[in-house]
Amino acid sequence: MTRYVLTRFLLILPTLLTVAVLIFILVRIVPGDIVELRLVSGGSFVTPGVIEAERERLGLNKPLWDQFMEWMMGIFRLDLGLSMWSGNPVIQEIAIRLPLSLQLAVMASLIATAIAIPLGTLAALHRGRWIDQVVQVISVAGLAVPSFWLGILIILVLLGVFGYLPPLTFTPLLENPRANLAQLIWPALAVGYRYSAVTTRMTRSALLEVLREDYVRTAWAKGLARHVILRRHALRNALLPVVTVIGLEFAFLIGGLVVTEQVFNLNGVGKLIVEAIGQRDYTLIQGLMLLVALGYVLVNFLVDLLYAWLDPRITYQ
Amino acid sequence: MHSSDVGVPRARRLALALVAVLVVLALTQVEGTAQAPRHGGTLVYISTAQPPSLDGHRETTFAMLHPVKPHYSYLVKFDTQNYPKVVGDLAESWTASKDGLVYTFKIRSGVKFHDGSTLTSKDIKATFDRIILPKGDVVSARQAMYQSVKTVEAPNPQTVVFRLKYATPGFVEKLASPFNFVYKAEILERDPHWYERNVMGTGPFRFVEYVRGSHWVGRRFEDYWERGKPYLDGYRVLFIASRSSMLAAIKSGQALTEFRGVSPAELADIVRALGEKVAVGTAAWQCNNTVAINTKKKPFDDVRVRRALTLAVDRWGGSQALSEIAFVKPVGAMMRPGGQYAMPEAELTKLAGYGRDIAQSRQQARALLREAGVPENFSFTLKNRDISMPYEAVGVYLVDQWRQIGLNVRHEQVEAGRYFADQRAGNYDLVVDFACDFIDDPDVQLLKFLSADVSPVNYGGYVDRQLDALYVRQSRTADKAQRARFVHEFERRALSEQAYGFYVLWWQRIIPYWKTLRGYNTTTNHYVEPDLAVYWLAE
Repeated sequence: MTRYVLTRFLLILPTLLTVAVLIFILVRIVPGDIVELRLVSGGSFVTPGVIEAERERLGLNKPLWDQFMEWMMGIFRLDLGLSMWSGNPVIQEIAIRLPLSLQLAVMASLIATAIAIPLGTLAALHRGRWIDQVVQVISVAGLAVPSFWLGILIILVLLGVFGYLPPLTFTPLLENPRANLAQLIWPALAVGYRYSAVTTRMTRSALLEVLREDYVRTAWAKGLARHVILRRHALRNALLPVVTVIGLEFAFLIGGLVVTEQVFNLNGVGKLIVEAIGQRDYTLIQGLMLLVALGYVLVNFLVDLLYAWLDPRITYQ
Repeated sequence: MHSSDVGVPRARRLALALVAVLVVLALTQVEGTAQAPRHGGTLVYISTAQPPSLDGHRETTFAMLHPVKPHYSYLVKFDTQNYPKVVGDLAESWTASKDGLVYTFKIRSGVKFHDGSTLTSKDIKATFDRIILPKGDVVSARQAMYQSVKTVEAPNPQTVVFRLKYATPGFVEKLASPFNFVYKAEILERDPHWYERNVMGTGPFRFVEYVRGSHWVGRRFEDYWERGKPYLDGYRVLFIASRSSMLAAIKSGQALTEFRGVSPAELADIVRALGEKVAVGTAAWQCNNTVAINTKKKPFDDVRVRRALTLAVDRWGGSQALSEIAFVKPVGAMMRPGGQYAMPEAELTKLAGYGRDIAQSRQQARALLREAGVPENFSFTLKNRDISMPYEAVGVYLVDQWRQIGLNVRHEQVEAGRYFADQRAGNYDLVVDFACDFIDDPDVQLLKFLSADVSPVNYGGYVDRQLDALYVRQSRTADKAQRARFVHEFERRALSEQAYGFYVLWWQRIIPYWKTLRGYNTTTNHYVEPDLAVYWLAE
């Protein structure tokens, strides 16, 4: 097991290196120039000399290989460089946004799990009956309604009916829990609902499959109590695909809530990614994409480890 | 005589009149007291974009100005209550020599920086040296604007002298650029890039906090040179990129306004929600949409085709129709309608595409296309930005106008990065272009139309030495009336005779703001605002 964990962990490095090379190339293929966007996009006139001086200062006139090596060397020193747009360290730019995105991802995951597992279980246990139908309607609606649209509805109702708008600036949880939750609970609900829809359906189908297994039939035959069969034998085994979904969704939430963050004006990683791409801020895009990739591989790694805990038959030989 | 006057004794009538006068006077007094600026409060407003760096000398965007400018003073500045009047800020007064080659500014004494040090002429010289003659890798975006300046001198702590190579009209207005923050010489000497990431000036507000992507906070500077100002205790800028979130913030009262502008539909939304609580400021904006024509491509190298394209556009009808849905309205040529160099309407209507009789113009357009051998249903692409307001509306309108003379136009909207790259590379047939500025100055606004080997922003690719010569003539003409004549000659040649490109409509600023914000006056551009030293909050 230790060997597996180590090997699996070491595999993260080539994955990230491949991602880094791909990102570096892809962002430079996209047409557009940060210097023009920064100096000319407001409609003002600047001379070509000014544009050239700025390109020189940002290192954009260097050969691509030199730019790549500079970036790589920086990564090994845990230095992602400076944002070409703001001049601030990329790590600082991400650090400002990451707490909000992480907290939102955690809150949405908790909400989703709290909704999905009981509902999925209920639906599986009452397959074909009205409870199952209601759960199906709730989950299909969750899949059909984009979370940003639900977010807009929430804001319209809060503002139109109650004359209330959630706070527009982020307050850290430990600094003021009330202000923090007042801002994040609404997007967490909007995102958590959609997320729960996927998980509910996965829980239901996985549980239905497990409930048909011989060992569950044996457990019934042994006369075990329903809750014991469900908790100890059925649900634990059914959770394997559910954990995978939860893990992937969690990783997605860290950088993927692009529109929801716009709707609620959340200063998160998703919004930063969109801004960085729009501004052709190469160093920031590279840093952010590397972070998202790192999030995905780490979550996958953790999910793999969780498999062994949930199902002792998995030995990773 | 009214019947009610009959029979009223004269003495009683006099008494009634006296009472009425007293009541009016009393009311006026109450109103006057209510209008007196009140100290206190924090103004919260929105910026829809974030500053790239914090350095005014290198940036060109309002996104930097709106949060940062309240921390700085200027040598001279535009008076936002009487725009485009220029008033002294750090300059107590100034004089110009008779030949217009020497400008001498007397600097206020006792002006403090936020770090407690005293401002002298050395700081102003260091500031303008950095803007006009940047050294090393310092980038100055407006260096070209001050090409006429030979030296900036500081002969004593309270005097600054600008010596010019040649007399240039509007020199003081150019110095009043809202980007010309006055920095501290000692800091610039130590680190010329310090101001890119730090703030320290002599302005009415000290810097408190900036959380990128979230907000900016400033607090009243108690040692501000103008006693009694600012009225506000502080200000807070919320960075909100999403239009719907911006509207929600204003409607909820979490922010009082946004100083760039909203569309007519957004205005209606705000007014519907806030009713009497909101006031609305409007002004012809120093921004416009133009169309650049790629004159290197066939058939657009033919002046007849270019004239046909501009003749087909009904600007007067478009002004009425589009202003209902987009923030465009004024009809004009190269200089802002209503501005001092604007072409009078009688002359304007003689330009191709500006005539009041659109049917006749389109008839001419069709004839020109036939003459040039352009077939019916000829297809080309209009490139545009993927921004809805006002680009999309303007683009769709143009497509419709050209269909009416038998042209088949594809509207291609691309995001900013590709838009600028394609424009620079000449990868387009026609493109919706734009320009924004803080000043009505032909030197700035005519630049786009100079020959391609002179002006890097001439995306049309043509060379016209007659235009280049006219540009120099207007730029060296001190007499405003004479200068305006040269400007109009330039406009006629570029927009009508040769039709190298054309103006569609100028923009219209629409600023809704909570009535609790007082002292605010909507100007013709979003660069000179906000002027937080004069704003105050009613209870």
